[in-house]
Amino acid sequence: MNTRSDLSPTGNAAGDIRNQDWYVDKFFQSAMFVCGISAIVFVIGIFIFVFKEGAGFIIQQMDWAEFFLSPKWRPTSATQATYGTLAMVAGTAAVTVISMAIALPFSFGAAIYIAEFAQGRTREWLKVIIEMLAAIPSVVWGFIGLMIMNPLIIESFDVPIGLNVLNAGIILGLMAAPIITSIAEDAFKAVPDTYREAAEALGATKWQVVYKVILPAAKNGLLSAALLGVGRAFGETMAVLMASGHALTIPGSVFDSIRALTATIAAELGETPVGSDHYQALFAIGIFLFTITFIINMTADFIVRGIKNQ
Amino acid sequence: MNSVSGTHSVRFQAEPINLKNAQVQKLVKIVLGLMAVTLVIPVALIILTLLQKGSPAISWQFLTTFPSNGMTAGGIFPALLGTVWLVAISLLASVPLGVAAAIYLSEYAPQDHWLTRVINLATINLAGVPSIVHALFGLGAFVAFFRLGTSILAASLTLAVMTLPVVIVASWESLQSVPQAFREACWNMGATRWQTIWHVVLPNALTGILTGIILQVSRAAGETAPIMFTGAAFFLPFLPSGIMDQTMALALHLFTISTQVPGVPEEIPFGVALVLFGIVLVVNAFSIWLRMYLRSKKKW
Amino acid sequence: MNRTASKNNKISIRNLTIRYGNFTALSEVSLDIPANEVFGIIGPANSGKTSFLNALNRMDMMRTTMQVEGSVLFNGVDVRSWSNVYALRSKIGVVFPLPVGLPLSIYDNVALSPRLRGIANKSQIDEIVERSLRRAALWDEVKDRLTSLGSLLSGGQQQRLTIARALSQDPEVLMLDEFSIAVDPVTTMRIEDVLKELKQQMTVILVTNLVQQANRLADRTAFFLDGRCVEVGETRALFAGKVTDQRTHDYIEGRFG
Repeated sequence: MNTRSDLSPTGNAAGDIRNQDWYVDKFFQSAMFVCGISAIVFVIGIFIFVFKEGAGFIIQQMDWAEFFLSPKWRPTSATQATYGTLAMVAGTAAVTVISMAIALPFSFGAAIYIAEFAQGRTREWLKVIIEMLAAIPSVVWGFIGLMIMNPLIIESFDVPIGLNVLNAGIILGLMAAPIITSIAEDAFKAVPDTYREAAEALGATKWQVVYKVILPAAKNGLLSAALLGVGRAFGETMAVLMASGHALTIPGSVFDSIRALTATIAAELGETPVGSDHYQALFAIGIFLFTITFIINMTADFIVRGIKNQ
Repeated sequence: MNSVSGTHSVRFQAEPINLKNAQVQKLVKIVLGLMAVTLVIPVALIILTLLQKGSPAISWQFLTTFPSNGMTAGGIFPALLGTVWLVAISLLASVPLGVAAAIYLSEYAPQDHWLTRVINLATINLAGVPSIVHALFGLGAFVAFFRLGTSILAASLTLAVMTLPVVIVASWESLQSVPQAFREACWNMGATRWQTIWHVVLPNALTGILTGIILQVSRAAGETAPIMFTGAAFFLPFLPSGIMDQTMALALHLFTISTQVPGVPEEIPFGVALVLFGIVLVVNAFSIWLRMYLRSKKKW
Repeated sequence: MNRTASKNNKISIRNLTIRYGNFTALSEVSLDIPANEVFGIIGPANSGKTSFLNALNRMDMMRTTMQVEGSVLFNGVDVRSWSNVYALRSKIGVVFPLPVGLPLSIYDNVALSPRLRGIANKSQIDEIVERSLRRAALWDEVKDRLTSLGSLLSGGQQQRLTIARALSQDPEVLMLDEFSIAVDPVTTMRIEDVLKELKQQMTVILVTNLVQQANRLADRTAFFLDGRCVEVGETRALFAGKVTDQRTHDYIEGRFG
């Protein structure tokens, strides 16, 4: 701050004392700041601690080509342990794709309906129920996949096992739907009303307004909603562990069982000796997951900022 | 990219009343409505199924006794109690920290400052970290590095880190909804920033923060992955005697008896799922009700 | 026009310039405000009047984009040399254009400032509340419902409540920013009477959008236009047409603004 002081005697003014309130204020300012940066501390902490446990393996043991290109994950093999994640990556990708194929149309449709068509109580209730969808714990979703979807899929499609890409995809789709819906709805709400009014004044029907004005204007918001949905489905653990069959194959169809990256950690970490190669390899998968979700989240945020800066 | 200014190029045909348009409009509305309903149906079906198949298991005894016969019979008392422990301690850690972080972001942080932006990005990322990675972090940091071992404390702290971003965001929104004019009025009368926050901003944001926290309770109760390797056990024949002990937890118990233990009669896991979902649902419903009730009683 | 800064001046301002980023809200304003004077500031919207008030009690500290240059002397000491800015602010009461009733009872609204200053004695606070409400000409209307919400009062009453709140600080200077915007004419007159009384005990800075209000109340008046102080003078003289700048005359006569 600029202090020009030819006229500024710096003598003490009456009543200018740093009293208790002043010190209390300073104290809390510092305290709040320390808490304020906690999120940064934890993100860095997560990276450091996960990396620390997996670093030895990544630096000394890991064959990068094998890790990313081999489908063979045989950490417990007595003769030759291999640590290839390709099958899991493919499994995770397949489930994520199916889940988005299910979640995106319904979520965007629901978001348009809630933001542009529904009114009053209908709207409130829809929002409340979709919020409840978001509240169902992932282990309950997994249980539903295991006990309800599994027999349902076996029966409807006449396949030997119902714990597969389709099952996990539907479950993850339903899990990701509420978050996509609510972010998409925010994106629609962010479109100024003047756009709607201008278009309606030209004689456009509501649907034309949505299709030609609202959707293009909310484009970036929808993209970011989709990305966050992908992040959610990609990182989900318990539901996908229970509903996907947990079989280490590269899926050829939606009826194949798969094994997800997240599920592998959840299933194997408990049985590996601390510090072993296997243990460290699981942490390496963790670093991989962390990196991917980090990129997804940053991209989604970047896209949203892009709108605001326009 | 230039979507906002794209409206100039949009042309509408100035047809007076077009019957076809009106029909399309109606059809679109119905289709979109159905899509929304499609998201509602699973909730209803899930609730009904859980009620139908799980309610036979529910009894006072189910809630208050230990599992028996290798978890193929008996109740869920230690798991229920363990979940209460985990949620309570994780809230003790995440709520003060999260609310304080939100206070910093809302009341102190200069806008458009790089640090503020980094904090926001970190919060978003913390919320997006997969739960199993949180588990790895809890294992590496709390269990191993801070030598808490696999304990209620380590598991609760892991849960707390995981739920922190949601506490921050909910509290921040609530603080932001307090009109700026209230702060200005206080500052102008010589109140310090902290006096303003303590006497005017927080009391008026408290209810909103509370609903956010309640929502948090339900989320923490349902989490499985973060506690699996940090303090929750498949089975314990006794109750934890302190926060350095391991505990059973409802969510992990559901996973265990539905995937790891053969020969469990169907109604038991359904009963556990019903209890878990019931807790989450009741807490959520209460939070939603509270939010609506408080909105109707707002003082400004 | 500019008297030299002396101890008699409650507030002395020299070369005050206020910027928000690249936008200059106020430039090179210098003027003196003696104690126990009603000092009027008139001028059209966006002429820098509110920024001027904000600089006096150092509200620029709370606004990251607001930059202040030049000096503001309060009792002969630069406000920027105060080590406890909150103590400074408590000596300067502020009334906003729109009444801001804090979501508290009438009593608590007025009691907040003394409580923040650390006064805990109930009877002492009672006394301050009653005295402040009396001075703001509100006591008789609210004395029977002190515990009801301040925001339930009418607009005019709420504005007098905010004046009472400002007075509860026992300020040396009272700054009013277009207080009559949301107030009916009858209440405006009552508040004007209050201000005439207050002049005995404090310095009043009255920013107003009503030229005639300045004429009725102010001892001296400054005319702000586009971030500059065009003219400062005895109110009576200005309104009698003794102006040095034609724009002042035009504004007073209502030809623009």
